[in-house]
Amino acid sequence: MIVVATQSAPAELDHPVGDEDVVTDRPWLVIVWNDPINLMSYVTYVFQKLFGYSRDKATKLMLDVHHKGRAVVSTGGRERAELDVYRLHEHGLWATMEQSS
Amino acid sequence: MGRRFRRDRSGRYRLSLAKPERQLLRSLPDQAKEVLHESEPLATRLYPPAYPGDDDASAEYRQMAGASLLDRHRRALDTMVETVDGSSLDETQLHEWLDALEVLRLVLGTQLDVSEDTPRVDTDDPRSAQFAVYGYLSMLQGEVIDALADGLDPAGTGTEPPRVDP
Repeated sequence: MIVVATQSAPAELDHPVGDEDVVTDRPWLVIVWNDPINLMSYVTYVFQKLFGYSRDKATKLMLDVHHKGRAVVSTGGRERAELDVYRLHEHGLWATMEQSS
Repeated sequence: MGRRFRRDRSGRYRLSLAKPERQLLRSLPDQAKEVLHESEPLATRLYPPAYPGDDDASAEYRQMAGASLLDRHRRALDTMVETVDGSSLDETQLHEWLDALEVLRLVLGTQLDVSEDTPRVDTDDPRSAQFAVYGYLSMLQGEVIDALADGLDPAGTGTEPPRVDP
């Protein structure tokens, strides 16, 4: 990913941070990583609450996180993905985003 | 002991906590608030870099999001202290309790450097009291989830975005 450096650090940033990507057609993946603190029931609950997933789907994603170390929990444009990362951070989950390859 | 959070007919959640539990939940948030802005490793755990491998984008994200995340954590901890001596919580307050318990567990779990299979801690270990508190908070968070999950539709709301395989 390429981020063009700005001239100076602005006090206020527009959402999302960074400039438009050079390649815009590849979706961004929101990834939740396994961590030793969060309860399995809590992770499942957060997936249901934030994304409206069914309990079955939220449980499957949680188990993917638990057993595989990470799971893609949502996809979309950069702005949408960054908002999802933020909402996951609000709930204490270890979330990152990356552009699909 | 029965359920600590029980939804009543008015939609409020009755709070059944023993006196020592209330004392603990009154004191822990203030201790946590003192370290919320501290440096590593807690900062990374509370405010993870959003863009792995891109320090600039992660720094910009943190500049944008860090203060509001910190505010949210503080508000949740404040709500817990303000409501812990009451007999019931409304649903918004119970959600804030869930957030507060999450922050407390993240702070304590990071300080204790817990792993998924943390071994039994001997009672003469100086950290045994902290591990006991951590275990209690885990149990309590589970009970809040049980109480709140009753309000979720198991079928979901069907708003899931299109799937892309990783």
